[in-house]
Amino acid sequence: MTAARDPGLQPERTRLAWRRTMLAVTVVTILAGRLGLTGGRVGALLTALAILGWGATITLCWPRAVGTGVPDPSVRTLSAVGLCIAGLALIGVVLVVCGV
Amino acid sequence: MPSSHRIITTVWQRIRNWFDPDELRSVGTTPDYRFSLANERTFLAWLRTGLALVGGGLAAAQFLPALPLRHLREAISIALLLLGGAVAIRAIDHWARVDRAIRLDRELPASRFPAVLAVVVGLGALLLVVAVLAGALGG
Repeated sequence: MTAARDPGLQPERTRLAWRRTMLAVTVVTILAGRLGLTGGRVGALLTALAILGWGATITLCWPRAVGTGVPDPSVRTLSAVGLCIAGLALIGVVLVVCGV
Repeated sequence: MPSSHRIITTVWQRIRNWFDPDELRSVGTTPDYRFSLANERTFLAWLRTGLALVGGGLAAAQFLPALPLRHLREAISIALLLLGGAVAIRAIDHWARVDRAIRLDRELPASRFPAVLAVVVGLGALLLVVAVLAGALGG
């Protein structure tokens, strides 16, 4: 923790926001996997891709989620996490189109 | 032609800024860290909004029964997924713009996006109500 304690608990709130986001990504990945594993070979491949994306997202989020309140979000981390989520959406679109 | 070229250059510049911390740090002064953290949490809240839409799309694809209109279920699902992806991409851009504004001590960027998103989601819900009612009365 930093020496001067912030009465608004800003670092703690930010850490918890990252943890909620990790939880949401996990739930969505499980949903994508459930859909993918009913869809033959393409579905299995896309599920594997979604799990890889999940791993990347968790790896990116982790330092901020357990961080010591360093007030410095990396632009690259934020962009990469956002793009991972957009990628997850794209995987979902392909899964639905292939299932039609 | 020149204007379309300019748009492409602007978009490319913005995308490059997302991955270039020095570019962002080069403007203005480092703000009070509480503002930065608030901006970061807003970004994360938008990401979770996007994830909720993506999750909704994935759930619609596998848990909704077939609707009276052919492929309506798939259309709803794809619309939700695309909307979720767009929300995530837009969250990055908005974060970068707000960060720039607080560094330069300027007004925060105004945005129509939340209102548009709310109207789109509301209209979508209304459409679904009509589809379900039509199915119940017609079927």
